[in-house]
Amino acid sequence: MLFFSFFKTLVNHEVTVELKNDISIRGTLKSVDQYLNIKLDDISVVEEMKYPHLSSVKNVFIRGSVVRYVHLPAAAVDTPLLEDATRREASQAVAKAKQG
Amino acid sequence: MANLPPSSTHAPGYPPAIPMRPGEPNPFDQPPQPQHMMNPMMMQQQQQQGPPPPGPPSIPQLPPQMFTTAAQLLDLTDKKLMVVLRDGRKLIGVLRSWDQFGNLVMQDTVERLFVQGLYADIERGLFLVRGENVSLLGEIDLDKDDYIPEPYQLAPVEKVFALKKAEDAERKMADGRKHKRLAAEGFEGEHAGEAIL
Repeated sequence: MLFFSFFKTLVNHEVTVELKNDISIRGTLKSVDQYLNIKLDDISVVEEMKYPHLSSVKNVFIRGSVVRYVHLPAAAVDTPLLEDATRREASQAVAKAKQG
Repeated sequence: MANLPPSSTHAPGYPPAIPMRPGEPNPFDQPPQPQHMMNPMMMQQQQQQGPPPPGPPSIPQLPPQMFTTAAQLLDLTDKKLMVVLRDGRKLIGVLRSWDQFGNLVMQDTVERLFVQGLYADIERGLFLVRGENVSLLGEIDLDKDDYIPEPYQLAPVEKVFALKKAEDAERKMADGRKHKRLAAEGFEGEHAGEAIL
């Protein structure tokens, strides 16, 4: 759930999503859900001429399973906070494993 | 019941549940509510409006973020969409219904082929797409509807289809060779043997 929460903090930031079929789509992150499906608004396609089918499209809903990378704005990422959250989640997982 | 005029809209043996009078709209004439109108997102929204109804305590709800898939698809319902499938097909049609798995029903669908500066449309009609095969869906900007960038020109379907077939075959061969080389080095591609574009 950590990455889901993390992506929610990036809502309304500009991101570039690279798909497994090599298309890179840049747009404003509008929404993300538990499968990391991504909705982008006001999109522009890197190498538009290669993917003409996207030129009349204004917003896209991308299935999480086809995403290869999400390029993030570095300024919007609080790395120490993310590290802390990761450690917390890891220790919680360990505690849970010991209980069970 | 005996005084009411016979209703022609009902099959024999199935009287209307609500007695009807002439001039009154027939409740059975209303189209059925689409299934997506009944999704938990909507029920939750309804519950948020106004003070909670008196009666038994409300059932605890899942957090709202659990339903953002549904919320996003709800926004796209009845809109003209361009859907890219995992095999690279591009379908353009109106989204009519969907469910939590991303299965889609599209109406008046056309498949658009692009190849080497040419494009063509093939009428396909009604589509039910299994969610796992969807790669992305885009809402078409109606101001830029059917805008195709400059080098691409409309061409006869037969011509574009033949070119596309040749191109796909060639890419499949190239991918096959690449996978063979990679497999020899101990790598496995992320979409093994499946050409997607």
